Amino acid sequence: MSSKNEIWIWAEQRQERIEPSSIELIEKGKELAELLSSSLAAVYIGGSGERIEELFEYGVPKVYLLHHPELVLYQGGPYSILFSRLVAKYQPQVILMSTTYLGLELAPRVAALTGAGLTAHCVDLFVERHKDGHILVQVVPGWGGNLMVKIVCPERRPQMATVKAGIFEKPQRRPGASGEVVSNPVRLDELDWRVKAIELIEEEEDRSLEEADVIVCGGWGVKGAGVMDDLQKLAETLKGAVAGTRPLVDAGLIAENQMIGISGKTVNPRLFISLGASGASHFTTGFLKSKVIFSIDQNPNAQIFEVSDLGIVGDLKKVLPVLVDELERYMQSRG
Amino acid sequence: MRLNIVVCIKQVPHPEHFHEIKLDPESQTINRRGIPAILNPPDKHALEEALQLKERYGGTITAVSMGPPEASQIMEEAYALGVDRSILLCDPLFAGADTLATARALAIGIQRLGEVDLILCGTHSMDGATGQVGPQLAEILGFPFIGFVRKMEIQERGTVLAERTIERGYLKVEGSLPLVLSVTKEINTPRLPTVIGIMEATQKEIYTWDTKELGIDPALVGIEGSPTRVSGIFERRLSRKGELLQGDPEEVIRKAIKRLRELEALR
Repeated sequence: MSSKNEIWIWAEQRQERIEPSSIELIEKGKELAELLSSSLAAVYIGGSGERIEELFEYGVPKVYLLHHPELVLYQGGPYSILFSRLVAKYQPQVILMSTTYLGLELAPRVAALTGAGLTAHCVDLFVERHKDGHILVQVVPGWGGNLMVKIVCPERRPQMATVKAGIFEKPQRRPGASGEVVSNPVRLDELDWRVKAIELIEEEEDRSLEEADVIVCGGWGVKGAGVMDDLQKLAETLKGAVAGTRPLVDAGLIAENQMIGISGKTVNPRLFISLGASGASHFTTGFLKSKVIFSIDQNPNAQIFEVSDLGIVGDLKKVLPVLVDELERYMQSRG
Repeated sequence: MRLNIVVCIKQVPHPEHFHEIKLDPESQTINRRGIPAILNPPDKHALEEALQLKERYGGTITAVSMGPPEASQIMEEAYALGVDRSILLCDPLFAGADTLATARALAIGIQRLGEVDLILCGTHSMDGATGQVGPQLAEILGFPFIGFVRKMEIQERGTVLAERTIERGYLKVEGSLPLVLSVTKEINTPRLPTVIGIMEATQKEIYTWDTKELGIDPALVGIEGSPTRVSGIFERRLSRKGELLQGDPEEVIRKAIKRLRELEALR
């Protein structure tokens, strides 16, 4: 098969290990390759490429390898040029990158250098018939996830997209699988080194909210009813984490990094409890993928109930203390 | 060392009103009537960084935006905060631009400004949320770029040391001016305009440049110059709606706990 018109993913590495968010692109890439009668390949830029077998084991048949010790760390200028030259040489039709901090930089830079069409934060990708063949449809959330926008790139190639991390599942790993490596030489003096990354510093990230099994989240109504203490007790009882919306941050009741929604965190716990929040989409978009959503609000028409598996219409001042008591009893009975 | 700084800003619908933006089922267009428009919150950090750098090194700050005539509101806000010049790239031919066509228009506008040392952007706009315009602008201008800068320091002779956010840590990055940077909200706390600033801003001229003034080929900007097209918009279906309980608190809670157990939400 000719190399032209392939479906590419960027295999982002960190200390030569491939980022899990890049592995998530593989299944979707393969599916698109099949629909577009093409094949999948990954682009790996790094120090040595000593671990690219991982890509084969997760089902990538072919890897374009560009390596040099000076490319271990992400180097924005050199990576952009190397990637763009590869695009010019092999002319892929689709390029997917994950929405990591680096993918969100590299994708637009490559798109600007190659004139490609690019969309960001895609939550779905599929193929539609078009007047001259097939075209990739990219679905992106608009205005905080309130509306979904379908975007196409009718003429320019490649069609590029960043894909929201955590949307697609990691494929099965088949140890020992192998594939084709296409090495391309790297000449450092041809690259743009005006900006240079000199060191990677690892930091412990506070992921307590992202990793919590249960999240109890307060909205404006919690502040209004003065039930923050009950909210905290509820979280303790369920061994869960406390979160909230903007009004609770502004009132100083929770920290900025406990805020859920478009300008805060996205979570998907086993149980998400929303108290006194009306359910505007810039908030609900932050927890829609939770396993079970349980909400309490006094307004029976509140939008929050549209996204809830279970709702209680009532006054937080009356309902919440009873809920805390009953759940305490229930949890004790379970030991 | 005096710095000529450009800050790219955008007017966006107020994020807390996003849910009021509706799709007209007939025309398949977006109705955002009555929704207040504001200066994109992430851009405030870019403006603040520019103001602090000017206070330290001297120089000039130019705010640049591409937008409809109503965007002059944020250009005035930029004056109120202390920029020296506000330029709005405004032409019906700019409408429908994707990020590449937007970056192109901004690049042509910025090239008219003469020598520029530093271009600052926010990480993303709250409405489109792509974060693509900054890096695309840098490539079009041929400037180096550093994204997601959470801390920066300019040393003698224009060497820039920056901390660039990545997952689980950051990269220490070194560069030299001229540069394009996008700055995160961690970098500073934006100031509020002063009363005098607000009053004086109303007296200042907002420069408005159209495609003719800029000498731009209309085929390169707006919907014409955009590789991507919107092919459809649909409302997200929220199909979870479950049981809604109401009434005596004791009884309602008992029912709720039973239901949560059935849903295997309690352990």
